[in-house]
Amino acid sequence: MSERWTHDGWEMVVGLEVHVELATETKLFSPSPNRFGDEPNTNIDPVTLGLPGALPVLNHHAVELAMRIGLALNCTVQPCTFARKNYFYPDMPTSYQISQYEDPINVDGHLDLPDGSRVGIERAHLEQDAGKSTHIGGGAGRVHGAAHSLIDLNRAGVPLVEIVSRPDIRSPEQAKAYVAELRAILLTIGASDAKMEEGSMRVDANVSVRRPGDEFGTRCEIKNVNSVRSVGRAIDYEARRQITLIESGEEVRQQTRHWDEGDGRTHTLRDKEDADDYRYFLEPDLVPLVPSAAWLDSVRAELPPLPAARRIRLAEAAGLETDSEAVSILVERGQDDYVFAVQAAGGDIGRAVVHLKEAFADAGPSPTVPAADLAGLTAMEVAGSLTATQAKAVVAELIDQGGGSAETIAAAKGFEAMDTSELEAMVDDAIAAQPDAWAKFCAGEGKAMGALVGHIMKASRGQADGKVVSQILHQRKG
Amino acid sequence: MAGFQAASDIAGSVRDGSTTAAEIVEQYLGRISDRDGEIHAFNVVTADLAREQAAAVDALVAAGRDPGPLAGVPIALKDNMCTSGVATTCSSRILEGWVPPYDGTVVETLRRAGAVLVGKTNLDEFAMGSSTENSAFGPTRNPLDTSRVPGGSSGGSAAAVAAGFAALSFGSDTGGSIRQPAALCGVVGVKPTYGRVSRYGLVAFASSLDQIGPFTHSVADAALALQTVCGHDPHDSTSIPEPLPDYSELLDAGVEGLRVGRITDLPEGADPDVDERLEQAFDALRAAGATIVDVEVPAFGYGLTAYYLIAPAEASSNLARYDGVRYGLRVDAPTTDAMYMATRAAGFGDEVKRRVLLGTYALSAGYYDAYYGKALRIRRLMAQDFARAYEQADVLLTPSSPSVAFPFGSKTADPYAMYLCDTYTIPANLTGDPGMSVPFGTGADDLPVGIQVLAPALGEPVMLRVAAELERTAGGAS
Repeated sequence: MSERWTHDGWEMVVGLEVHVELATETKLFSPSPNRFGDEPNTNIDPVTLGLPGALPVLNHHAVELAMRIGLALNCTVQPCTFARKNYFYPDMPTSYQISQYEDPINVDGHLDLPDGSRVGIERAHLEQDAGKSTHIGGGAGRVHGAAHSLIDLNRAGVPLVEIVSRPDIRSPEQAKAYVAELRAILLTIGASDAKMEEGSMRVDANVSVRRPGDEFGTRCEIKNVNSVRSVGRAIDYEARRQITLIESGEEVRQQTRHWDEGDGRTHTLRDKEDADDYRYFLEPDLVPLVPSAAWLDSVRAELPPLPAARRIRLAEAAGLETDSEAVSILVERGQDDYVFAVQAAGGDIGRAVVHLKEAFADAGPSPTVPAADLAGLTAMEVAGSLTATQAKAVVAELIDQGGGSAETIAAAKGFEAMDTSELEAMVDDAIAAQPDAWAKFCAGEGKAMGALVGHIMKASRGQADGKVVSQILHQRKG
Repeated sequence: MAGFQAASDIAGSVRDGSTTAAEIVEQYLGRISDRDGEIHAFNVVTADLAREQAAAVDALVAAGRDPGPLAGVPIALKDNMCTSGVATTCSSRILEGWVPPYDGTVVETLRRAGAVLVGKTNLDEFAMGSSTENSAFGPTRNPLDTSRVPGGSSGGSAAAVAAGFAALSFGSDTGGSIRQPAALCGVVGVKPTYGRVSRYGLVAFASSLDQIGPFTHSVADAALALQTVCGHDPHDSTSIPEPLPDYSELLDAGVEGLRVGRITDLPEGADPDVDERLEQAFDALRAAGATIVDVEVPAFGYGLTAYYLIAPAEASSNLARYDGVRYGLRVDAPTTDAMYMATRAAGFGDEVKRRVLLGTYALSAGYYDAYYGKALRIRRLMAQDFARAYEQADVLLTPSSPSVAFPFGSKTADPYAMYLCDTYTIPANLTGDPGMSVPFGTGADDLPVGIQVLAPALGEPVMLRVAAELERTAGGAS
C-alpha cells in the first residue's frame, strides 16, 4: 500500500469516475465514424444530429468492449437497460444523453494496484459522449463571457464507458496508480486508446475528508483533470482546501469544482442545489440488452493476459521485482511479449529489458527491429564482445535501420572485442598514472574508482567495458 | 365509400396497363385543387413530385418491369413522417423551415412499392390532440360535415381518404390518433402491433406508444397497405423480427367459430347512438356464426390516467431537441438559456406546452414514483388483464370513439373532455396490441360510427377477418 496521506490528522476519501472512449469504428448508436481529429461536423448523420425521427441502434462492438472492461475489472457482467438523462446543452443534440442508470452492464468489480492495494469498482456502464463546444471571444475559453460558441458534433455519440470506483482511495499516489493501472488495462484489452491529452480518457474525482474512522464527509466533484499528474495535484489541493475550511469553522458545501491546471487550484462550478434534475427514465427507443452466456464466454476466452499478470511473468523471467520501473514501463508499453521473443531467439532477457526500457520508448508493442537481431546483440554482450557503451550505439543503429546484424554493425563501427590481457595492461597504466586515486580506492573510498575508470575509458576511446574494468580493479585491490 | 376507387383496383389497372399512374394522379390532384381549400387536409400538396413519381411508375410498366404492389396509388402521409426534400412540420411553428435530409423507412418502402405521394397531411401539433384543432396551421374540416372536426391527431390523413384526395393514407397512432379520426371520417383505420411498422423517420411523440398505420376505404385495402409497410427494420431497435403473414388471406373466411369478446367493465361515456351500433355489431357477428363472450378488463378504465403520464413524460424528453440550436425556429436572446426559452415559448402551441410541463413534472425527482412509476405499473396490469381476456376471446369489440364527429370548438376549452375521446383506443397503445376502426353504420346527424376491433399482439389476421365481416354487414346497420 502506498504511503498514507494525512494532514493534521485528517485523511482523504476519494472515488474516481473515469470516462473512456471506446476504440470502435463507429459511434454507439449510429454508423458515423468514431474518429478523433477530423474536420468539425463531418462525422455526422441523422442520429448524431438528433434529427426528428432518427432512432438509435446499438453498436455491438461497443458492447463487446464494455464487456471486456467489465471482465478485466472483475465485474459481474449482467443484463442491462439504457436510460435517458435529460438536460439542455447546445452540444447535446437530442437534449438527453443515452446512458445506463438502474441496470448498468458491469457491476461490483475491483482493481488491484501494483502496491498491493485494492480499489472497488462500483459499476462500469455504457453511454454516449456529447459534442465539443469551443467558446471564443472573451471568457477565457469558458461559456460565460464568450462572444460565441462553436459546436463540433464529431464526438457526439461516440461510445464511452464510465468506470466508477468506490471511495476506496486514500492518497494522491494511490489515485495516480489507479489511473495508470486502469490505463494499462484499457490499452492491453484494446478497449480504448486511453489518451488523456486527447480526451479519450477523462477523470473526475470525488473528494472528501474525515478523521480516520469517522463517517464520510461532504464531497466535492472535481472536473477537468487531464493527466495522471493532475489527478494527484488536484485531489491533494482539494483535500487541503476542505481541511482548511473545516478547521476554520466553515462547512464543506457539496459542489462541482473545476481544476485549473494553471493556478493549481479548484474553482466552484456549481452548488448541489443548482444541479440539474436529470429525470432519468428507460430509453423507449432501445430494448434491454441481455449478453448471452456464449457471448460472454467468448469475450472472456479472448481476453489477453492483464498487466498485473504480465508484470509478474516478466519480472520472474528477468529476475526483477514486480513493481520495478523497467517491468511497469515495458508492460505499459506492451513490449513484454517482444522481450520474450528476444529471449526465445537466444537473447539475454536482462539485457533486452535494459535496451527496451532505454531505447524503445517510441517503438510501440511491436518494434520494427526483429527480435532475433536484438537477441544477436545481447548475445555479443554476454560473450563480452561488446561493452555496454558499444552495445548502446549498436542498438541505436539497429533502431535507425529497422534491424540488421549486430556483428556487422559493430564491425562497421570498428568495435573490437578487447581481450582481458589488453584491459589488464590498461589497468596497470591507470594505477601507475594515478597513484593517489589508487591509494584512496584501496583505502575503501569507492568514489576514487571513478578517476581510474575514467583514465581507462579515455585510453580505450570508450571501448572498454566498465563492468569488467571494475571487476579487475576490485580483484587487484584484493 | 362515396364511390372512390379501391387502392388495389388502381394498382391492378396501372400494373396491367389498362390505365396510367399519370391519369390517376391527375384525378386526385384535381379533387385536391377543387376541395382542399375548404377541407385543409394538407399542409403541402406535392403535385410536382407526385407527377414525377407517377411518370416513373409508368416508365417501369412500359419497360415491362415490376412497378410494385401499390403501383400508381396516390397516397398521403401525415406530416410527422420525414420525407427527404419535402418540409416536415408536425404542424408546429418550431420546425419552421426544416426540410429532412432523409426518408423515413415507411416513406422509402412506399416509394419502392410504386405509391405516388400527393401531399403531407395536417395534424394536431406533434400528434397531440383528438380534433386537429391543435395544428399551428389551422384545423382540418371533416369532409362529411365541414362544421365538424375530422378527429385527430391524424385528422388530415383521415380527411384525405374520406374526401378522395388519396386512395390511402398513413397516420400515426399514439393513443388513438388513427382509429378515432377513421371513425369520425367514416374510413378504415389500423394501428398495427407495436413494432410491426418501423418508426424510423416518424417524428416521435411518445416512443413506446407511437405506431404508424393506414387509412383506407376498405378492409381489403388496409390489408394491402399493411402487407406493404409492415416488417422488420434494422434502423428501429423496437421493430419485430417475426415474418409477415398474408394479411389478405382470411378476409373472406367469415367469423364462424370465432370468439368475440364484450368487455363488461368497459368505461361508460359513449353516446347512445354509438352504444346501439356496438350492440348491432355483436348481433351481426353472432348472426355470422361467432360466439359472443363476456370478458373483464379491470384496468381498462385506468388507461387514460396512465396514458396522460407516460405519453407526456416521453414527449417532454422527445421534444427537448427542439431547442433552436441546430434546425427549425430560433428566437434570438442574450444567453443560450434565454434563447431556449424564447424559441420554445414561440414555437410550441398550448397543448404541446401543457404536455411537456405535465411530463417534466411526472419524471421529476420526488414525483417519479407517485406519477410516472405508478403509470408504468398500470401499464403492466393492463397487459396482464388483456392477456387474460384474450385467453377467452379471439378479438374484443368496443366503440372507436365515444361520439360521432363533434363541432369545432366544442371541446377546446376543456382539455380533459378532449382527452376522453381516446378512452377506448388508449389501452391498445399501452399494451402494444393491434386495434382498428371499421365504419359500421351511422349515428347522430347521419354521421359515421366506427367499431373498434382489438386483437392480441400480432393478431392482425384475425382482427382484419372480423373487421371484414363487419364491413360486409355494415350496410344493414344504418
